[in-house]
Amino acid sequence: MVGSRRLLIKNGVVVVYVVLSVLRWRSHRILRCFDRMASALASVALSAPFARGVPLPENPMVQRIGAGKIHDNRLFKGKAFRRVSMAVSVNVSRFDGVTMAPPDPILGVSEAFRADTSDLKLNLGVGAYRTEELQPYVLNVVEKAEKLMLERGENKEYLPIEGLAAFNKVTAELLFGADNPVIQEGRVATIQGLSGTGSLRLAAAFIQRYFSDAKALISSPTWGNHKNIFNDARVPWSEYRYYDPRTVGLDFDGMVADIKAAPDGSFVLLHGCAHNPTGIDPTPDQWEKIADVIQEKNHIPFFDVAYQGFASGSLDADAYSVRLFVRRGFELLVAQSYSKNLGLYAERIGAINVVCSSPDAGTRVKSQLKRLARPMYSNPPVHGARIVANVVGDPNLFNEWKQEMELMAGRIKNVRQRLYENLSQKDESGKDWSFVLKQIGMFSYTGLNKVQSEHMMDKWHIYMTKDGRISLAGLSLSKCEYLADAIIDSFHNLFTAALLVSKLVRPSKVNV
Amino acid sequence: MAAISREILKRRGILRSPVMATIGARSMASWFGHVEPAAKDPILGVTEAFLADPSPDKVNVGVGAYRDDNGKPVVLECVREAERRIAGNLNMEYLPMGGSIKMIEESLKLAYGEDSDLIKEKRIAAVQALSGTGACRLFADFQKRFLPDTQIYIPIPTWANHHNIWRDACVPQRTFRYYHPETRGLDFASMMDDIKNAPNGSFFLLHACAHNPTGVDPSEEQWREISYQFKVKNHFPFFDMAYQGFASGDPNRDAKAIQIFLEDGHLIGCAQSYAKNMGLYGQRVGCLSILCEDELQAVAVKSQLQQLARPMYSNPPIHGALVVSIILGDPELKSLWLKEVKGMADRIIGMRKALREKLEKLGSPLSWEHITNQIGMFCYSGMTPEQVDRLTDEFHIYMTRNGRISMAGVTTGNVGYLANAIHEVTKAS
Repeated sequence: MVGSRRLLIKNGVVVVYVVLSVLRWRSHRILRCFDRMASALASVALSAPFARGVPLPENPMVQRIGAGKIHDNRLFKGKAFRRVSMAVSVNVSRFDGVTMAPPDPILGVSEAFRADTSDLKLNLGVGAYRTEELQPYVLNVVEKAEKLMLERGENKEYLPIEGLAAFNKVTAELLFGADNPVIQEGRVATIQGLSGTGSLRLAAAFIQRYFSDAKALISSPTWGNHKNIFNDARVPWSEYRYYDPRTVGLDFDGMVADIKAAPDGSFVLLHGCAHNPTGIDPTPDQWEKIADVIQEKNHIPFFDVAYQGFASGSLDADAYSVRLFVRRGFELLVAQSYSKNLGLYAERIGAINVVCSSPDAGTRVKSQLKRLARPMYSNPPVHGARIVANVVGDPNLFNEWKQEMELMAGRIKNVRQRLYENLSQKDESGKDWSFVLKQIGMFSYTGLNKVQSEHMMDKWHIYMTKDGRISLAGLSLSKCEYLADAIIDSFHNLFTAALLVSKLVRPSKVNV
Repeated sequence: MAAISREILKRRGILRSPVMATIGARSMASWFGHVEPAAKDPILGVTEAFLADPSPDKVNVGVGAYRDDNGKPVVLECVREAERRIAGNLNMEYLPMGGSIKMIEESLKLAYGEDSDLIKEKRIAAVQALSGTGACRLFADFQKRFLPDTQIYIPIPTWANHHNIWRDACVPQRTFRYYHPETRGLDFASMMDDIKNAPNGSFFLLHACAHNPTGVDPSEEQWREISYQFKVKNHFPFFDMAYQGFASGDPNRDAKAIQIFLEDGHLIGCAQSYAKNMGLYGQRVGCLSILCEDELQAVAVKSQLQQLARPMYSNPPIHGALVVSIILGDPELKSLWLKEVKGMADRIIGMRKALREKLEKLGSPLSWEHITNQIGMFCYSGMTPEQVDRLTDEFHIYMTRNGRISMAGVTTGNVGYLANAIHEVTKAS
């Protein structure tokens, strides 16, 4: 009979379980193997009628047992032994509900690039500067500074929570200008942060704590991590129009309208220069008008300055927008990063600056930023801070840095020029490619859409992000022609039926 | 100038703010009027006060940073050598989000055992973290996101920043009894009671060795009992191991508690720091690891830890990680490190003996056994805040007001002075 056979099986299962449990008690080595078997069997045994009332684990036959809930498994309580587990329930991990996080859209591109075996491959994904030979570049001034530091044999004591004082001084001066009244009057609260990300996060945490009703306005599009930062800091955000696909330029009217429509007292996140990902910056005139509407709405400007010096080649010129707003009397926040302009990517060195209306406000704000940093990482890493302080603080090294900065920015400008020329010459459609020249900084928004960007990878082995962004820092003069061919092809030829069909049939290489 | 409506000012509380009254010619209201000055950090504030003191006799036994017998900060030889090798390194590109793979591998070997099966089976989700603080914070954030109904049990007392970390991560805190003021030792019975009375499946923060601030550690037997009880209650043990090697001088011995829990089959979490044992304080190097059921789960958990780190700092700083990888990855440098760490631990053990002997020689009416019973960088002296204040005001001796002495700041040069001062302020009791 079906019923009695079922009962026999279930009883048999329980017997086997008990035997295994005893064996498990005897040997640690085979513990884990039996753990799994025992657990699996336990789940089945639990479903037996005499075990009614004991909660059934979910997914009993799946390798991962349990569902993060802790059961009171009465079935297993027995004699209490000094060590291990005859008496107690099987190890159930609380993290069974943890699913795999999606791959990072930007860093995932580099991974796909590495996996590609083609000779033609080109990595225009992540924004890390490359030389013409497409090699990473350690600045001469950085090497010199590190040598100095090694010779001095400085200690590794904890920095204060706010970071290296020498660094904080030079970073504020670099940004605002040493003779700026806000610095002279001591109205800037500066805290060393973990590059741009860390500095933004401190600011976001400060906003959440002291302006809990306020929201952040971010450009559409913006650097992907901005959203993550505000999300994790629990600051609500909305977007203002920025990129106009028709002109591959700035949607200025849309931007102003959206900033105007936002509730008073919002924090407007602005890219100080070299907008990421578009490369499109407002003109000085437009900056004035943006300042007007921010003033009118009593918004608070919040600058992300990750490319000072890298956009135009001039550190001062690239600080124009920030200094404009300061001149107009705003209280504002500025996050800085030295990842790109000093090539200190992996050292994680940056700062958050808060320009306040009085030195007293600055002191208070600084103390609260410290209070946010302490339970995050206690105090910031010293190495990168010393490098910056040494480079910026020494007139010779500083001048040398300015020259290297011009070289790096210059190389990118040259590459833009060559790419533009190739595109204009090779494209017979008469499309206006001048946006390549108008855009500035490391990135260029090509205007290619997701399908077209994927085509760049699949057919041409050119790796970029799906939003059509290319990193010019990863482009050499010698590859411009190839890139131009690829862009023209992807832009124009992706509307034939054949290609449409092939897109439907063949999945894209990179899963984003 | 901005024409700011009174409505907005009212809403922001700025009209009530004293700042408005003090604004001068620029006459601009501040957004930050409601931002109050934060209290000084109790630990780091001590060093600030010490630095400001002009007295030639001053002694800093506040912050837990190692000093040599001349009271000078130390950079280990193995670290200097590692840095010399790094100097030629021509690549500062971003580390992967989870940090230096090599550093993580070596850290896991230190904590879980050189030949651990758990490592071979890839069951440990591990990421490089910003020293111990960063590791604890990542774990707290992970706890909040994936186990939002849980809380954390924290020992009384503990390092002050533990409370800040789980608070800012928005994880509710409970406490369990730990320190016994009368014996200046472990209140084991109460601790076990609290463990038993906590709801099943609670999360506990345990100091793996050299408890901060008391220096009081459970014995091996006591750890076994704790582990057993954790099994019965299905509690989650999270180890903060900031002093491996620094406590006894032997890293394997200092990881004994963790070994016991692993043998008993617990799935643990662990925060490691290289601030003290490699003297890399300012470099912010550490590791967070979570032992999972299997490789699949470890991969998922690691990906989520990275996801938490991305909007905090994107990827961790490279310099310290390189130093650690080079030292632990090179057998010669590793032996040098082991020698140096033992040297530091031995000096502290020596100072403990000396301080106790001097106090006893002075004829102190109190018992000072606990100075040598306790282990690691800190000694919980049992002095009251008032007595500590007297030490500071009259003798220019700086320590935290809970009576915690950083033994790392005691030298043959100042131990006599310290003993005299302590005797002076405590002989009346």
